[in-house]
Amino acid sequence: MSNLYDTIIIGAGHNGLVCANYLAKSGRKVLVLEANEGVGGAAITREFAPEYSVSACAHLLHLLNPKIVSDLALNSHGLKMAAKGLTTLSLSTDGEHLTLDRDSVSGKALLQSDKKVYRDFQNKMRRFARILRKTFMTRPPRLVHKNRKDLMTLASLGLSVRLMGRDDMRELLRIGAINIYDVLQEDFQNEHLKAALGFDAVLGSNLGPRSPNSVLSYLYRLSGQVGENDSAVSQPAGGMGSVTEALKKSAEAAGVEIRTGVAVSRILLDVDKVVGVETSTGENLKSAEVVSNADPKTTFFKLVGARNLETGFSRRVDNIRMQGKAAKLHLALDALPEFTGVSSDQLGNRMIIAPSLTYLEQAFDHSKYGEFSNAPALEITIPSVHDQSLVPAGKHVLSAVVQYAPYDLRTGWESQAEVFKQIAIDKIEEYAPGIKDLISASELLTPVDIESEFKIHGGHWHHGEYTLDQFMMLRPVPGAAQYSTPLSGLFLCGAGSHPGGGVMGLAGKNASAEIINGGKN
Amino acid sequence: MKKYDAIVIGAGHNGLTNAAYLAKSGMDVLVVEKNPWIGGASVSRSLHEGWTYSNCSYVCSLFRPEIYRDLELARHGLQVIPYEGGLTFMQDGDYFGNYSDHERHHRELARHSKRDANAYDRFSADVSRQTRLIRPFLMRTPPDPTSFKPADVMELVHMLKTYWDLGEDILYDTMRFWTMSVGDFLDEYFESDVIKAHMAGSGIIGTALGIYSPGTAYVLLHHYMGDVDGSIGSWGFARGGMGSIAKALAGSFQSFGGEIMTDAGVDKILVKNGETKGVVLENGDEHYADIVVSNLDPKRTFLKIMDENDLPPDVVKKAKNFKIRGSSGKLNISLDGMPTFRGIEKGHELLKADFHFIDSMERMERAYDDWKNGTWSKDPYVDTLIPTQVDPTMAPPGKHMMTVFVQYCPPKVNGEEWTDELRDEFGQTVINQIAEYSPDFKDLILHAEIRTPRELENEVGLTEGNIFQGELTMDQLLFNRPFPGYAQYRGPVKGMYMSGSGTHPGGGVMGAPGVNSAREILSDLSRKNVTPEAFSDE
Amino acid sequence: MSVREADKRVLRTPFYSRASELCQTNLWSPWKAYTTVDCYSYVEEEYFAIRNATGVFDLTPMIKYRISGPDGLAYLDKLMTRKMSKLTPGRVMYSAWCNDLGHVLDDGTVFHLEENLWRLCSAERHMDWLQATALGFDVEIEDETDDVVGLAVQGPTSCQTLKAMNLSCVENLKPFQHMSFDFEGTKLMVSRTGFTGDLGYELWVPSEYAEKLWDTLFEAGKAFGILPIGSHALDIVRIEAGFIQAEVDFVPALNVVRAGRGRSPFELGLDWLVHFDKPVFNGRRALLKEKEEGSRYRFVRLDIEGNKPASDSFIYNSKKDIVGHITSATWSPSAKKNIALGSVEMPWGRLGDELYAEIYYNRELKWNRLMARCHVVEGAFFDPPRRRETPPLDY
Repeated sequence: MSNLYDTIIIGAGHNGLVCANYLAKSGRKVLVLEANEGVGGAAITREFAPEYSVSACAHLLHLLNPKIVSDLALNSHGLKMAAKGLTTLSLSTDGEHLTLDRDSVSGKALLQSDKKVYRDFQNKMRRFARILRKTFMTRPPRLVHKNRKDLMTLASLGLSVRLMGRDDMRELLRIGAINIYDVLQEDFQNEHLKAALGFDAVLGSNLGPRSPNSVLSYLYRLSGQVGENDSAVSQPAGGMGSVTEALKKSAEAAGVEIRTGVAVSRILLDVDKVVGVETSTGENLKSAEVVSNADPKTTFFKLVGARNLETGFSRRVDNIRMQGKAAKLHLALDALPEFTGVSSDQLGNRMIIAPSLTYLEQAFDHSKYGEFSNAPALEITIPSVHDQSLVPAGKHVLSAVVQYAPYDLRTGWESQAEVFKQIAIDKIEEYAPGIKDLISASELLTPVDIESEFKIHGGHWHHGEYTLDQFMMLRPVPGAAQYSTPLSGLFLCGAGSHPGGGVMGLAGKNASAEIINGGKN
Repeated sequence: MKKYDAIVIGAGHNGLTNAAYLAKSGMDVLVVEKNPWIGGASVSRSLHEGWTYSNCSYVCSLFRPEIYRDLELARHGLQVIPYEGGLTFMQDGDYFGNYSDHERHHRELARHSKRDANAYDRFSADVSRQTRLIRPFLMRTPPDPTSFKPADVMELVHMLKTYWDLGEDILYDTMRFWTMSVGDFLDEYFESDVIKAHMAGSGIIGTALGIYSPGTAYVLLHHYMGDVDGSIGSWGFARGGMGSIAKALAGSFQSFGGEIMTDAGVDKILVKNGETKGVVLENGDEHYADIVVSNLDPKRTFLKIMDENDLPPDVVKKAKNFKIRGSSGKLNISLDGMPTFRGIEKGHELLKADFHFIDSMERMERAYDDWKNGTWSKDPYVDTLIPTQVDPTMAPPGKHMMTVFVQYCPPKVNGEEWTDELRDEFGQTVINQIAEYSPDFKDLILHAEIRTPRELENEVGLTEGNIFQGELTMDQLLFNRPFPGYAQYRGPVKGMYMSGSGTHPGGGVMGAPGVNSAREILSDLSRKNVTPEAFSDE
Repeated sequence: MSVREADKRVLRTPFYSRASELCQTNLWSPWKAYTTVDCYSYVEEEYFAIRNATGVFDLTPMIKYRISGPDGLAYLDKLMTRKMSKLTPGRVMYSAWCNDLGHVLDDGTVFHLEENLWRLCSAERHMDWLQATALGFDVEIEDETDDVVGLAVQGPTSCQTLKAMNLSCVENLKPFQHMSFDFEGTKLMVSRTGFTGDLGYELWVPSEYAEKLWDTLFEAGKAFGILPIGSHALDIVRIEAGFIQAEVDFVPALNVVRAGRGRSPFELGLDWLVHFDKPVFNGRRALLKEKEEGSRYRFVRLDIEGNKPASDSFIYNSKKDIVGHITSATWSPSAKKNIALGSVEMPWGRLGDELYAEIYYNRELKWNRLMARCHVVEGAFFDPPRRRETPPLDY
C-alpha cells in the first residue's frame, strides 16, 4: 500500500507550519497533525475571559525571520502588525521611567555618560548578535572531517569572527560565555538602566543576571534586531494567533493538509525507521518522513519511546535542561490603567518592571530552591491599546510575563498559583495604582499550565534552556542537532532545535532544508 | 647602582620559578619581595610558638612535576607527601567518606547510592579525559586567536587539532563540560545529594560563582588536573608547609647565582621611552634591568606599580575591569590535641585529608547567595585539614594544626571595609560550624589566625584577596588571561613581563605561569630555552 | 561504632575459611572487592586438575544483577548485541553489550531463571548503564553480587563429582542450560557454563550456604581428583579456550579515556554475538556502519613458534611494521604450544598472514630478543569433545 502522505508533521506550531510549507513547496504531500483545536502551538490568541482575548503564551514578536515572511508571503495571507518598533519603558514607582530605544535611552536620572555608553553598548552587542544570527540560517555544523558543507559553515563563521576586527573579536571571545551583570558593571553607572538591559538577558530563561550565559541570552534576543529586521519588537494585529493563522493559510495554499484536534500518540517504527504515526484515536497514518514540532523530550520519550533509542542518546535527551521559570499573567481590564509617570499614549509600549540587577538576581535566587519570587520581574504589554479587536469596546487587556515561577515549585502549584498571581498583581499595582479596581477577570499560566496547554515538557518556551551547553551543535543534543535523528525518517523542527525558540521560524525552515536534502549527515 | 639582567617583582612561587629559569640560562637576576619573608601565598609562618601554618595555600597538587624535577627541588629540601581520605559530615550524623582505593570508595558510595557507586566510574573516566586534554596546555603559551603570526596560528591549529582528533562525541562532551555548571554536571551522574555536595566543592574553591553557575565545571577540572607522583587528581602536603616550595625554589634560584632582596616593596616600575629600565623601591632605592617581570596580580601590576602614562589606555581599562573578586577566607588554628568528630572514630584515616560540613547542593548554593548579597556565608563551605596527622614538623608532638579554607567570604562586608570585629565574627561563624560536629573542638583551640580577603590582600598583596590572582571564568582563561591581547606574558611596555597566577594557566600553586613566562622572555632575548617540556601521557 | 565495609582493605569471600585453609602458598590478590587465591599450591597441579580431573574456582567477585519485570526480555534485547528471544527459562546465553559507539562495555552471561526473572553475570560493574538503559521499560535491576555465590566446577570428572553429590539427572544438562536442585533447604542452581573451554559447571547458592556447598562438593569430588584452583591456573585455561577478558584483552568502553581505545565486538572476534535482525539495541547503528565501512582492528589467536611466552609483545608484519600487540600469552600444557591472543590493525591478521612477535626473555639475567613467527589460528587452542557431550562420559 502506498502512503497517502510523504511527510507527516506533528504539531501545528509556527515552526511546524513553516516546515510544512517549505516541504510542500518541494513537492511533498504534507499532513500536519495538531492536538489542540486550533493551530498555533504556543503562538496563539485565545479567549481567557468572555470576549477578552490575548496572546496566550508568546505575546510580542521580535525574532520572526523576514525571509520566511517573504518566502511564505505571510503579509498577503493576512499577517499585519498592530504596532511596530515598540519602545521599552523600564518602570519606576516614582514615575521616573527609562525609555529604551534602539540607539538611545532617556530618563531623568540618567547621566550623559550612560546615554553614550548605552549607544556604544547597543552597537557593539548588535555587531556580535549579527555573528550569532549568521549561525541561525544554516544547520549547526557537525564537527567531523567528512562533511564539506559543515566545514564551510565553520570556516565562514570563523572568518566572519576574524573579519570583525581584532578588538571586536577579542571582546566577543571575552564576554561571549560570561554573565551580563559583570559586563554591565564595567561601563554603566545607572542601576535602573543596567537592570533594564539585564532583564532582557534573563527573560524566559533559567538564568539570573549573574549567571554566566546571560550575555549569550542577551545576544540571542538582539539577533532579532539586526540586519534586515531592525524594527524589532512588534505586536501582530489580532495577537500572536494571527501569525500562525497566516502561516496556516500560506501552508494550505501551498497544498499542506492540516488536521486539528488530532493528537499523535506515538511514532510508528520499523526497527529504527519511521513508517508513520498513530493517533490517539488509534488511526495509523503512514509516511516515510515524520517531522516533530514537539519538544525533544516529548518527541523522544513520549512519541518514539526511550526503548527505541540507544542508551547514550536517550541519556543525552534525559539531561536536556528544560524547566520553565516564566509565568504568564492575563488581566481583563474595564478601562485603560494608569501607570505612574507614563502617559496614556505610551501605554502601548513594552513595559518592564526590573528596578535593579540585585532585584532581578534575588527574584532568581528564589527559583533556584523551588520557590517563586516574592518580588517578581515583569514584562507588561497592553495589546488592546493598538488592537481593540481583542476586547469589548473601550475595555483593555494586559498581558505580562512574570518571573520567576519555577516549574518544579517545591510546594506544587496547585495551591500556590493563586498566591503568585496576587503577588504579580500587587507588584503591578505598585506601578499602576488603582489597576486592581479595573480587573474584571484574570488568569495566571504557570509553567505547569504551559506544559499541559501547549504540550511543552517542563513548560519552557524555548523547548530547552538557551545556554552554551545546549547551543548550536549541542542543541537539543548531539546526534539530533542537524534536525535528523537516530531514527531514519524522523526529524525535529521545533524550538528545541537550533536556532531555538522565540517565534523565529528558522528551526522549521532549516529543518525543511535538511529533509529536502535527505537528512544526510 | 648595579644593573641586573632581569628583576622579578614578588618572591611568590611563580616569581621564583620564573627567576630560577632566567638565572639558569645564565642571566643575572634579582628578586625583590615586599615582605620580610618569601613565598607570597606559598608560605609557612610561625604565628603561634611551636606551630607552623601554611597560612595561605595549604595543599599541593597542581605544581608542575616537570619543574619539580628540572629545578631539583628535592635536592633543595622539598618533600611532597600525598594524603588520602576526606569526608563530608552529614546533618543526620552520618558521613560520606572519600577513599582513594577504588574498591573501598565503591563500597562507600554504594552505601549512599548503588547507582552512584557505578556512575562514579563513568564520572572518573569522563573527568580524566578532560584532565588529559588540558594538562599538556598548562606548560604552553596560549595562542592569540586574532593574530596571523605563524607561531600563533600554528599553536591555535595545534590546539584545535588536539581537540578535533578526539572524535565527534568526545568533542561535544568537551564543549559541554567547559560551559556547564558543576551542579548540572554532577546531576548528570549522581543522585545522592551528599555525594554531589562533596564533589561540588572543587568547582567553587576560590571562585566567585555558585555551584549552579555555568563555568564552574571547569573550576572542578582545575582542581583535578594536578597530580602527586603521577596519580592524577591526588593532593599532597609539602612537608613543613607550603613555604617549603618557595624555599626550595629559592634554593634552586640561588644555586644559579640569583639574588633575593626582602623588605623591598616596589613603588614603581621605571619606564623610559616605552622601555622598562628597572624598579624604584618603596624606600627610594632604584635597581636597574632591561627586563622587569611582575609576579603581582594584573590589577596591582598595572594600576599600582605602573604609571598610567606609561601604559596604553586599553590596558588601564582592562586592568580596571579585570575580575578579581575575593570569595574566600581562611582560618589557621593551633590545637591542644586531636579533636573528636561526631560519628567517626578518633584518628580515622579519612580525617587525614580534607573534610567538609555541607551535605547538600542547596546548602552549597545558599552559601554563594550570602556572598552575592555582600556577606560571608552563614553556613559556609569549608575545606578543613589537619596536616599534622601526616606532617610531624608543623606542631609539637601530640598537638595539632588545623587549616580551614572558607568559601565564601567577601572582599567587603555589605559594601563596607572589614573591621577586626567583623573578622572575628566571621571566624566565629566558621568555628561554630565545626564545633557542631566536634564537641571538644572549641576547648582545644590555643590560637586562631583568621584571614579575610582583607588580610590576604594586605599581607600577600592579592587584590581583594582573590587566591587565583583573578577569577577563573571563561573571559579570563587561556588567551583571555589576564586580558585579551596580553595573554602571552608580555606586558604592554617593552621589557616588561608578567609571571603570576593572573596569567595562563592560573593559580593553585602550579608554577606554570612562571615557567611559561620565562620561556617567552628567553625567546625574546634569543637565549637558549632552558625550560622543561611537559611530560607526555600517550 | 561498627566497622564500615569501606574501612576494610579487602573483603573475604564466603569461602574464605575453606580457601585459606587449603591455600598453602598464601598468595592472594584483590579481585574487585575481595581477596582471592592466586595459587593454592602449584599452578601446574591446579591446571591439570582442570584439564584432567576437577578444579574448583571461587566466583564470588563476579558481578551479578537480578533483572525482573514484564519487559525483561525486551530490555535485554535492547541491552545486548545478541538476539535474546531464544533465551527461554532454563537457558543461559553468552553475549556482549555495547555503548552507542558500538564499543564493548563488557561480555557476560545471562541466565533466564524463571518467567520474568534473569541474572546477568559479568566481570565489570554496570549498574549505571543498566539503569540508564531501563528508561522506558518495566524492569527492575538489583545488584545481587554479595547475595549469591558461585563455584566453577570444571574438568573431565566434574560431572561425576556432581553426580556423587546426588544431583540427579545433572548429566543431562546441555551446554548453556541450567537447572535447580534442592540443597540443604535451599536451591542450588547448576549451570553448564564456564571459563575453561572444557566440560564444566557452575554452582550457585545464596551466600549463607557457601561453606556447606564447598564441603559437600569437595567430599563428593574426593574420588575424582577434585582440587581448588587459583586465578593463575584459570588464566592459562581461558587463553587455551581463546576467551577474552575485560581489562586484559580489551578496555571496557566505560573506562576508555584515550580516544580510539574502545573495541567493537567485530574487533574482538565476537561477530557471532551481533544480530541485526531484532529491535533497536545499543551500538546497532555504529555496528551496521562498521560492517559496511570495515573495522579498525582484528582480534587474533596466535600460535607462536618456539616456546618463549610472548606476553606484552609487539606484533610485526613481514615488512617489520608494528601492526598490533599481544594481550594475553601463555605456554599451553595441553596443546603443547606457545599461544597468545592479540589485537592487530586491519587488514592484518588474516589466516596465513606472515606475522612476528617481538619477544624479550632472559636467561640467567641475560636478556635476549627474538622475532618469533606467529600463525593465526581459528577457534580454541584446546577444544576437547567432552566440552559438548551430553551426557558426558565418565572420564
